[in-house]
Amino acid sequence: MKPFSYERATDPAAAVALAATPGTRYLAGGTNLVDHLKLGIESPDRLVDITHLPLDGIEELPDGGLRLGAMVRNSDLAAHPQVRRRYPVLSQALLSGASGQLRNAATTGGNLLQRTRCVYFQDVTTPCNKREPGTGCSALEGYTRYHAILGASDECVAVNPSDMSVALAALDARVVVLGTDGERGIDLTGFHRLPGDEPDRDTVLTPGELITAVDLPALPTGARSAYRKVRDRASYAFALVSVAAVIELEDDGGSGTAGAPPTFATVRLALGGVAHKPWRATRAEEALRGAAATEENIRAALEAELEQATPLRDNAFKIPMACNTATSVLLELATGTGTLHGSPGNPGTPGQAGEAGQPETREQP
Amino acid sequence: MDAEITLHVDGHEHTLTVDTRTTLLDALRDRLGNTSPKKGCDHGQCGACTVLVEGRRINSCLALAVAHDGDTLTTAAGLADASDLHPMQQAFLDQDGFQCGYCTPGQICSAVGMLQEANAGHPSAVSPPDVLADGPTGSPLDDDEIRERMSGNLCRCGAYVNIVAAIRQAQSGTGTTGAAATGAATTETATTGTAS
Repeated sequence: MKPFSYERATDPAAAVALAATPGTRYLAGGTNLVDHLKLGIESPDRLVDITHLPLDGIEELPDGGLRLGAMVRNSDLAAHPQVRRRYPVLSQALLSGASGQLRNAATTGGNLLQRTRCVYFQDVTTPCNKREPGTGCSALEGYTRYHAILGASDECVAVNPSDMSVALAALDARVVVLGTDGERGIDLTGFHRLPGDEPDRDTVLTPGELITAVDLPALPTGARSAYRKVRDRASYAFALVSVAAVIELEDDGGSGTAGAPPTFATVRLALGGVAHKPWRATRAEEALRGAAATEENIRAALEAELEQATPLRDNAFKIPMACNTATSVLLELATGTGTLHGSPGNPGTPGQAGEAGQPETREQP
Repeated sequence: MDAEITLHVDGHEHTLTVDTRTTLLDALRDRLGNTSPKKGCDHGQCGACTVLVEGRRINSCLALAVAHDGDTLTTAAGLADASDLHPMQQAFLDQDGFQCGYCTPGQICSAVGMLQEANAGHPSAVSPPDVLADGPTGSPLDDDEIRERMSGNLCRCGAYVNIVAAIRQAQSGTGTTGAAATGAATTETATTGTAS
């Protein structure tokens, strides 16, 4: 490991000023960066510790949304009462990722910036365009069970490993960043990049920009959300496929003709484990707007979405897996059946933008 | 590059000069001679290095010592009172919760931190939907909950069944020491920080 200097930043502007020097990296929870220091993937000259910045709060926004400080630990975010009641998809996504120890250290901002677990990216003895641009992609001819089926390029077939980001994509979250030119907001769906011919760039952040918060917009009353993750073991593994869904039903949903399926007003659907970024399934969303929430309709929408998929040697299974997982999540959310069906005893607090009686999900081993 | 730091470990204050590259795990083991936390994978995957920092369990192999200047740490070696084992330690003995013992200090620190998280109302991925939404029920964790919440600690001897039994015992306070595990945590580990 190359020697580096260490400084603790005390306010965000000072951190950004320190990071203007090339060779500087921000240190937050360190669960990914410290590992990369050991592996030789990162070799900064200086670390600026941002964990002492006053960015560890969760605040109500005037529009009814929620502002998540960038230094809120993943475990605290998942446990926050307002997140659990109003944005269960986010709480579930966080809890399905990593371990208790890692969630206690990892931060909201750091989670957004965690890098792919592509084995070739993490092994500095192998070529990797993401780690060393121009050296080639070892995965293209390698073991690709964990790689992308959507939006990849000839340069890189890695996937984004975050569960949290998939939920944030479905929630239309906005990332607030601070740079030397001031603050700007970036839609979460545009925050991470597809690899194209610059796979070394995971996000649209410019060097030295600091994530200060993530804003969650208010969800309409009656919106339902859930996250489901499929992986090779029951816990503590990265996703093969994951699904984050936020739906609204038409007013007659559930109370119309006896036995008739409810009708989707809107569907927001993001897939994890399938692409270089959280994949918003916009084709499926469009197909389901105003559609009856039947298995046939949902499956057809997902199949239309996954027509774009270009599987690699070892991961064609992800196409039916994504289709089946998303279909079951949407169907269960819409009809309040299956494992997503939660206790109705969740009235929330008066006046909040919560969703009384909202179905919840639980982990599917 | 060197930095002078102070760590409060198991009730003792230590001031030491460390290379900024030193992990918290290496500082504990190699500089302070506390070999209770173990170096297993050294990549945050096995949990053998788990310690409590400001009362919360973390992987000490993925923490830089310099980033924890001023922090209070509890390792498995510091859980016990002078005379009695911590109820979680006693439970691991009573239930035969280990074979080779290498993962055990990490398992025990993790279990102590985990029960505090549960008592603070933190849900898990297997929490029933109503618990996930509304908070703690006060009821003891079932085996599925214990397994899920302990998934960051691997045991290559495969003592999992007895580890779960040990945590169940400590949780219920029915161990041979008779003390309730969750109430008898040391003062260093009693504060559960929240960022929200």
